[in-house]
Amino acid sequence: MAYGCTLRGERYAFGDLKTLMAKASPARSGDELAGLSADSDAQRIAARYALADLPLSTFLHETLIPYEADDVTRLIVDTHDTQAFSPVASLTVGGFRDWLLSDAATSEALSFIAAGITPEMAAAVSKIMRNQDLMTVSRKIRVITKFRNTIGLEGRLATRLQPNHPTDDLKGIAASTLDGLLRGMGDAVIGINPATDSVSNGLALLEMLDHARQRYDIPTQTCVLTHVTNTLEIMNRGGAVDLVFQSIAGTQKANEGFGVSLGILKEAHEAALALNRGTLGNNVMYFETGQGAALSAEAHHGVDQQTVEARAYAVARAYNPLLVNTVVGFIGPEYLYDGKQIIRAALEDHFCAKLLGVPMDCDACYTNHAEADQDDMDNLMVLLGAAGITFLIGVPGADDIMLNYQSLSFHDLLSLRKLLNLKPAPEFADWLERMGLYDARHDRVLDVPPGQTLLGQMVR
Amino acid sequence: MTDDRIIPTSSRTPELWQELRHLTRARIGLGRTGNALKTDDVLDFQASHAQARDAVHTPLNIEALTGFLGNEPYYCVQSRAPDRSTYLRRPDLGRRLDPEVAVTLPKGDWDVVFVAGDGLSSFATQQSAIPLFRTMQAQLADWTVAPLVIATQARVALGDDIAVMLGARMVVMMIGERPGLSVADSMGVYLTYAPYVGCPDSSRNCLSNIHPHGMTVPAAATKLAWLMREARHLKLTGVGLKDAAPELTALETSKPLPEKDNDQ
Repeated sequence: MAYGCTLRGERYAFGDLKTLMAKASPARSGDELAGLSADSDAQRIAARYALADLPLSTFLHETLIPYEADDVTRLIVDTHDTQAFSPVASLTVGGFRDWLLSDAATSEALSFIAAGITPEMAAAVSKIMRNQDLMTVSRKIRVITKFRNTIGLEGRLATRLQPNHPTDDLKGIAASTLDGLLRGMGDAVIGINPATDSVSNGLALLEMLDHARQRYDIPTQTCVLTHVTNTLEIMNRGGAVDLVFQSIAGTQKANEGFGVSLGILKEAHEAALALNRGTLGNNVMYFETGQGAALSAEAHHGVDQQTVEARAYAVARAYNPLLVNTVVGFIGPEYLYDGKQIIRAALEDHFCAKLLGVPMDCDACYTNHAEADQDDMDNLMVLLGAAGITFLIGVPGADDIMLNYQSLSFHDLLSLRKLLNLKPAPEFADWLERMGLYDARHDRVLDVPPGQTLLGQMVR
Repeated sequence: MTDDRIIPTSSRTPELWQELRHLTRARIGLGRTGNALKTDDVLDFQASHAQARDAVHTPLNIEALTGFLGNEPYYCVQSRAPDRSTYLRRPDLGRRLDPEVAVTLPKGDWDVVFVAGDGLSSFATQQSAIPLFRTMQAQLADWTVAPLVIATQARVALGDDIAVMLGARMVVMMIGERPGLSVADSMGVYLTYAPYVGCPDSSRNCLSNIHPHGMTVPAAATKLAWLMREARHLKLTGVGLKDAAPELTALETSKPLPEKDNDQ
């Protein structure tokens, strides 16, 4: 079916729904690389007018990627909850935006409709929302998950401590972990990207992390971000797996590029549940996503990169994850060129996932060939904090020496907590206090030299 | 500058951190002022970032490169990406030769062609490409080696196009890797047997991390010479060659779909 709009005397036509979506997207290099972006600014706004007039229910009978060809489409269609959709069923995309921003869309109302919203609906409405709209609506949605602590509560900001090392040196990783813990980091997860993606290496890293966690009785979870098939094997061998990690994308073919299928994810999810290691809850999955992944695998089916990304959240949603984060600026300038594009994409990803009921978070980051710097990350972290993000990633000095990119420093995250009056996860804050690292009365992580803490022995 | 921070001299740094910094180059134990980083650490980070950005954006100094070649013949080519900004946005253009330049490459009969490509760090290529080429010429005395090709706005696959035009049976692309904060001058080398336009990355072998504090040029040359002889013998590169060389643990094939990694 074709779509169109007359804007100030000029007629614009759009051949099909995915073309309309792509042309309505805010400008970004990845869509230009794919040849999908609007030809002019006027065409982009004409597409937004046409999109705003579209009934939301259109997305229930018109798929962007055929049902027969793609298991992510099948997952979206087969799990759609009609009853949850009913409060917004009669709205257009534009009307949906107005409803989301209205007082009628309370936290409870937004939580009720989550299972009725498809990724394509979320992507469509995001395209006619400004950055502040994305933040305002995200702020109203709280998704709470639990394993050994509680993540996602109002007034809290958790962090992933990312102690990577270029040769996976255990003591080097322990030194970075110590640094992070002393700065009050690691309540979301202590998570290592291994330099060597193997079962034996994963086992060794997990044993080290689990030993430290048990020794100091830290109420958090640990993770080695290795391929899901490695984690399955590590679980078979009795390894200390708290969370199953996997990078995921929004199409079957892109997931095949990552070497995963919905079946493998289900198998790993069930295996991790059976270990029953969570003390407060049993959210056992950790996913990373990011715009551009499907295009780089030549698996985007002509769909714009933001919409394909939103489809990955349907995959995440199916496995009740503890943590999901978009690695927003990692992929490089051919997908998100500069700070402006990275910031916009992060706010879109956070909004779309939360609208679907997924606990979305962010690695606020960039590479050295992108037009971005630490000031852009400062802006992004404050915007995400204001939008109610539940965790961000922290790296010593913001410099990941293994993956060669920049994220946020522990100091940045302390500054953000102070700026927005956010506390660590409650169980983790209590632990920090017990360890003499946290002044709960003033919500302040103390600056204690490592030699004067019990944790100082960690690297021995 | 980057190296200075590995063993800090500041008397304010607690002793334990000094000890722990021998275990990792990560920026651990940085002091706090309020919650923020101290001035020295903020500036050190900015200096490293500036160096990395300069490595990406400084054009390859071709005159300086060819100065080392003396009277030896060489070719200069560019990809279809006309400038750095386009190059960064359009990796596809960086993989193909500018058609006007392509016709200037004469068809020959060569065992191998070496390409010095700027990639994402001209500093790396400037520093290591000619020394590696010279060492390889000495090691491959019985090979017909085409004149060096210097390529700008180049991605790894540009070497395929070059090899096809020149009629070379193998291509060695020496190219600047995406700079990090700690290393801005790291070069990668990609070896491809029987290259063609559209050749998949899985049919290449890669040596990475070539810089003065990583893999040295002589070490890279030894590994590359071994790989090239095996490639000529087996008539292939890529996964098949990697599997035949398990003892060379530092050997990598190009990663098919890196998760937290970047397209070269």
